[in-house]
Amino acid sequence: MSGRPSPEIRPVVVGAGPAGIRAAEALVAAGLRPVVLDEGERAGGQIYRQPPAAFSRSRKALYGFEAGKAERLHATFAALRAHIDYRPRTLVWNAVPGELHVMGDAGPATVPFSHLVLATGATDRIYPFKGWTLPGVFSMGGAQIALKAQGCTIGETVALVGTGPLLYLVAYQYTKAGARIAVILDSARFTDQIAGAPAMLRQPATLAKGLYYVAWLKARGIMIVNGAIPMAAEGTERVERLVWRTPAGEGRVACDAIALGYGLRAETQIADLLGCRFSYSAAEHESLPASDATGRTSVAGVYIGGDGAGILGADAAEAAGTRAALALCEDAGLGVDGAATGALEARVGRWRGFRAGIRRAFPEPVAADFALADDVILCRCEEITVGALRAACREDGVDELNRLKALTRIGMGRCQGRMCGPAARALLAHHSGRSPGDVGRLRGQAPIKPMPLAPMPLVFDEAKP
Amino acid sequence: MKNFDTDVAVVGAGLIGSATALALRQRGVAVVMLERDLGGSRASGVNFGGVRRQGRSPAQLHLAARAHPIWADLKAKIGIDGEYVRSGHIKLARSQADLTALAAYAARVADFDLGLEILEGRAFRERYPCFGPEIIGGSFCPGDGQANPRLVAAAYAQAARQAGCEVIERCPVTGITREGDGFLLRCGDAVAVRARRLVNAAGAWGAGIAAALGDDIPMRFDYPTILVTEPLPPIVSVNIGIEGGGFYGRQVERGNLVMGGGFGVASGDGASRPDSGALARIGGRAAAILPATRHARVIRIWAGIEGYTADKNPFIGESANVPGLFHAFGFSGGGFQIAPAVGEVLCELICEGRSSTPVEAFRPDRFQQQSAEPGRTP
Ligand SMILES: Cc1cc2nc3c(=O)[nH]c(=O)nc-3n(C[C@H](O)[C@H](O)[C@H](O)COP(=O)(O)OP(=O)(O)OC[C@H]3O[C@@H](n4cnc5c(N)ncnc54)[C@H](O)[C@@H]3O)c2cc1C
Ligand SMILES: Cc1cc2nc3c(=O)[nH]c(=O)nc-3n(C[C@H](O)[C@H](O)[C@H](O)COP(=O)(O)OP(=O)(O)OC[C@H]3O[C@@H](n4cnc5c(N)ncnc54)[C@H](O)[C@@H]3O)c2cc1C
Repeated sequence: MSGRPSPEIRPVVVGAGPAGIRAAEALVAAGLRPVVLDEGERAGGQIYRQPPAAFSRSRKALYGFEAGKAERLHATFAALRAHIDYRPRTLVWNAVPGELHVMGDAGPATVPFSHLVLATGATDRIYPFKGWTLPGVFSMGGAQIALKAQGCTIGETVALVGTGPLLYLVAYQYTKAGARIAVILDSARFTDQIAGAPAMLRQPATLAKGLYYVAWLKARGIMIVNGAIPMAAEGTERVERLVWRTPAGEGRVACDAIALGYGLRAETQIADLLGCRFSYSAAEHESLPASDATGRTSVAGVYIGGDGAGILGADAAEAAGTRAALALCEDAGLGVDGAATGALEARVGRWRGFRAGIRRAFPEPVAADFALADDVILCRCEEITVGALRAACREDGVDELNRLKALTRIGMGRCQGRMCGPAARALLAHHSGRSPGDVGRLRGQAPIKPMPLAPMPLVFDEAKP
Repeated sequence: MKNFDTDVAVVGAGLIGSATALALRQRGVAVVMLERDLGGSRASGVNFGGVRRQGRSPAQLHLAARAHPIWADLKAKIGIDGEYVRSGHIKLARSQADLTALAAYAARVADFDLGLEILEGRAFRERYPCFGPEIIGGSFCPGDGQANPRLVAAAYAQAARQAGCEVIERCPVTGITREGDGFLLRCGDAVAVRARRLVNAAGAWGAGIAAALGDDIPMRFDYPTILVTEPLPPIVSVNIGIEGGGFYGRQVERGNLVMGGGFGVASGDGASRPDSGALARIGGRAAAILPATRHARVIRIWAGIEGYTADKNPFIGESANVPGLFHAFGFSGGGFQIAPAVGEVLCELICEGRSSTPVEAFRPDRFQQQSAEPGRTP
């Protein structure tokens, strides 16, 4: 550490997951006292989510192979507490240059910043199918949160649908917790997984873990179907059955819950509201804030790290969070060790290679494969069907996502397109004959998540309209 | 470079531009309409959706009266009903002074058949149990209503296109020059339009377009702010305003409440956003006026951009300095309801040199006239 940080430097970190915690750690080491905001009850982020304080499952049971890492990260955070301004249960709902608008325990507040590290992580990527809005269908993340935060499973006989390594991890965790897995339905074909293997060898330990889960599940006779597309979740009051299709024919199984997820998508709304430049990543099938290897975005003073910058996983998030904080320190004129920054960038780079393998092993399903009927709900919040999207393309010539939103309300509801965005984009591209990159992206809009309207009663304070 | 030669060029495909283009096409006039973004994506598509005559100045009520039947039969005009409902509009009172002001307004506009009904006391409370104790009465206009601006604005632009208007979107006009008796418009190097007449329907940017042709018309910007809640059980069907301003609200059929009040700020590059106090301001007022919204959650909030004039009336008419240039901007937060009529009026002004609806009060040079030296020629 060289030089004394000037009091004008007011760093803020959004997110207390692996990336945000490591960022805060680096800022504290540089002599700064960052504000750390997270909407969660306790620090740890998505993967190292901590159960409520009164909860008694062991770390080993909660985090499995990752128990050691979880413990280290939580310990780091505990040691940081005295040196940071940590505000849990605080949602950042809007961002403007130099200011975050938050809602916390004490009501609405404004948090000024000179430098901002965005470490907002990711959420599930969902593709709809017939019946997916029935009670009993959860996102993969929802299924995991139920286990980690509440210690319960989403059902007794659970079907897992989607693609990606999380499918197998959640199956493993659920089996260990005593649930029965009805089927694992993976849209990736077996040949995809072979094709992805070489790149995944860059992280042999992680690949080994993945293979271990699959072998463990197979040894227990759990049905794994590859190259499968879900056709329908059936049931009267709630899910009773899952029907799918493979090139070989149809299959069905009884279940009382379904967890759904095709990998993850980055949470990028804050960067969007701050005017960061975005570009479409064909590999990731999403628009991401443009950032360089250091975590700098196109907006001066705004840095980004972890899955919120593009999915690379928890280990990469730790390195990227540290790197982004060091970029902040560099820009703030605080001394930074060049060798350390280089090593961090190299570490993140290795995960990028691994990620490319994951992408080949678990490719994005093709929208056309779903053969979705017109009456399938696409946007759950606003209850808009796939047919409405098709009609907008056909009758109004819609070929851009925000126009689609304006005309159909797709993506306009409480989830702001988190759920339906990826599918809407893929379907719009398919039906308008454009590439997914060309149909644009749903612009982020405040509030990032639903906000209480009247945190405090306020009587007329001004005469002016 | 794409070249067009046309009778009339329209700058701006908001409701005003689109309604004008549609009316002109229905008379067989050739029209090219140029829009920087997408048709109906600015004020016309993001406004509150109040289709209201009550509260307008008598000068504007002529236009409002002309627009009134068009709304009722919107489907015939643009192919959709735009979720228009004649829900009525109530202007609320918090004090006896407010009620007196509402009664005075009702007397002043008695000629316009608005059917205003002043309600207070038990009659008011029984009819509207939804309003909070601070609200003591109001003025009800049964024929007013509400519609979905997102749908109406886009459909107007689409109707103009279907009527044969050349609508060029994502095409900002970057240069306008006089060419003979007509005009030459350029959108960078992409498009050039030669037109005998020009309609300036550029909304909040209208004064800038006027200035480019030497017309100095005073106007200021502001950024009215709107929010939408999650769907709630039915609370209120009538469109709500309040004497003195500061709040407006309506509940749509799906249950969401759309509410607004106050102004946001510019955020550069022709964009705007709510100010940091917007949520607390609108939320607080909503809780006082409609207590049932107290626990509602907001899912969207935004600020539009609108041009305001000193007398809150728009500029509508031919430029005194530049023959062939027709202005229609500066609608001061009230252009949604009257836009269908403004389009027809402009069409009449362009084709016949006069309109059957009085629009003298909206002369674009009215502020210059006041300050001009007697005898000075424009
Ligand atoms: C369901 C799920 C399961 C996963 N399981 C695994 C796994 O087993 N192994 C693995 O390697 N990876 C897993 N991942 C990926 C892993 O969680 C991430 O790679 C890792 O957590 C990324 O760390 P991060 O710090 O970037 O983001 P996160 O850990 O996601 O942390 C982001 C934090 O930001 C906060 N936040 C976001 N937006 C706001 C806002 N607007 N206001 C306030 N706070 C906000 C969130 O509350 C959260 O705490 C999983 C991801 C998900 C979604
Ligand atoms: C938040 C809000 C709430 C409102 N609520 C109501 C209400 O309840 N009731 C009511 O009656 N009125 C209301 N209004 C007012 C009403 O929306 C406007 O008066 C009306 O829409 C104006 O229409 P316009 O076509 O002139 O403007 P706009 O819709 O803004 O259209 C102007 C168009 O010109 C384009 N343009 C500008 N410059 C150029 C250029 N150089 N080249 C090409 N194109 C250009 C713009 O992109 C824009 O699309 C509200 C306004 C706002 C902002």
